[in-house]
Amino acid sequence: MYEGVVQDLIDELGRLPGIGPKSAQRIAFYLLDADPVDVRRFADVLIEVKEKVRFCATCGNVAESETCRICADPRRDQSVLCVVEESKDVVAIERTREFRGRYHVLGGAISPIDGRGPDDLRIRELMQRLADGAITEIILATDPNLEGEATATYLTRLLKPLGLRVTRLASGLPVGGDLEYADEVTLGRAFEGRRTVD
Amino acid sequence: MYGAARTPYDERHGRMVPVALYRDEAVVLRTQKLGEADRIVTLLTRHHGRVRAVAKGVRRTSSRFGSRVEPFMHVDLQLAEGRTLDVITQVETLDAYAGRLGNDYGAYTCGTSMLESADRLVGEDGHPAAQQYLLLVGALRALADRRHPSGLILDSFLLRSLAIAGYAPSFDTCARCGLAGPHRAFNPGAGGMLCADCRLPGSDNPAPETVRLLAALLSGLWPQAEASGDRARREASGLVAAYLQWHLERGLRSLDYVDR
Repeated sequence: MYEGVVQDLIDELGRLPGIGPKSAQRIAFYLLDADPVDVRRFADVLIEVKEKVRFCATCGNVAESETCRICADPRRDQSVLCVVEESKDVVAIERTREFRGRYHVLGGAISPIDGRGPDDLRIRELMQRLADGAITEIILATDPNLEGEATATYLTRLLKPLGLRVTRLASGLPVGGDLEYADEVTLGRAFEGRRTVD
Repeated sequence: MYGAARTPYDERHGRMVPVALYRDEAVVLRTQKLGEADRIVTLLTRHHGRVRAVAKGVRRTSSRFGSRVEPFMHVDLQLAEGRTLDVITQVETLDAYAGRLGNDYGAYTCGTSMLESADRLVGEDGHPAAQQYLLLVGALRALADRRHPSGLILDSFLLRSLAIAGYAPSFDTCARCGLAGPHRAFNPGAGGMLCADCRLPGSDNPAPETVRLLAALLSGLWPQAEASGDRARREASGLVAAYLQWHLERGLRSLDYVDR
């Protein structure tokens, strides 16, 4: 045990994900040694992030104002909406530069075993966004795992009767991989979703 | 490191010892994230009962067996014994129930409740539970093949799984005195139907059709079970849930989300 504030710092750091007691101690002593200006900047960012960042009222993505940068951008396609589980997925899709529509962040996937049902996700908000009829296509980009698939199935059942075009992200072989190492589920999906080459 | 395989160097004897490997068939019950890209996978195996093992790197898109250790997957796998958790080294798919259940929301929610109850009813890790394993595989197959309505498969599974665990309900003879039925009162705590003399206060009075449905579900008489009406099915699943909750002390979380 260290005295007072040093121990407090170690305890606080130890509460972060993936940081054990030894790592917490190492980081604490690094901070003690570091330049006070750097530490001040770090502390300011921590406070700022909690004060400024909130969730976009429209899509649920992290934002620094009422609506996020993407929802506020008039150049984005109003008619296409991409439904994702988390804000991290928005960033991943943005990196591709392939998608020019807008997003809707659900805040997770349906997982009854963890006590998370459809009502715990931002599905009601999604339905409200569809009410004015501006959106004509929904892209379901939930994770390609069991919970993500089940969430996509649930949403399809909800969205199909509205007469929208509902699409699901393709799954298949990773670029740069070997065919022989692909597992049979992925390879099977790749066959299912094969396309004609022009 | 989490569940690292046993050190290959035996210090006392000054030589390398092989890591103990074993092979088994299993159904994946649930997965939890671990660290950056790993998962802890809870398995119900044929020979080793419930096993918790680490699947390394399966959350990366480049993982060679990520899709095989999803809930509902029926797999043949090789594990290396570790100090705390075993490590999955190889996986082959026997049947991909995950894909077949993921595209039917009703079946998915029923299946999830089966996995959760199997996880709870097969208590201790490492104790063989072959009967529970076979029951679960059979139920998942029936669910994936859409052989019967999903809700009925779930209730039948729950009743039979409870029976294997030693909590068989009685739907015909009186659960206390053994008097031949049919009887009117149902009490989860007493173990099923009760005759007029043994009847406890607070017992339910289900419709005779519901009791016949429950008996059919417990013994697997499908033609009889499928002939039941909606009211009997609803009442039956309520009683099954109450019975399960009584014996597990805490109800299944996923049961609230079942979409029948």
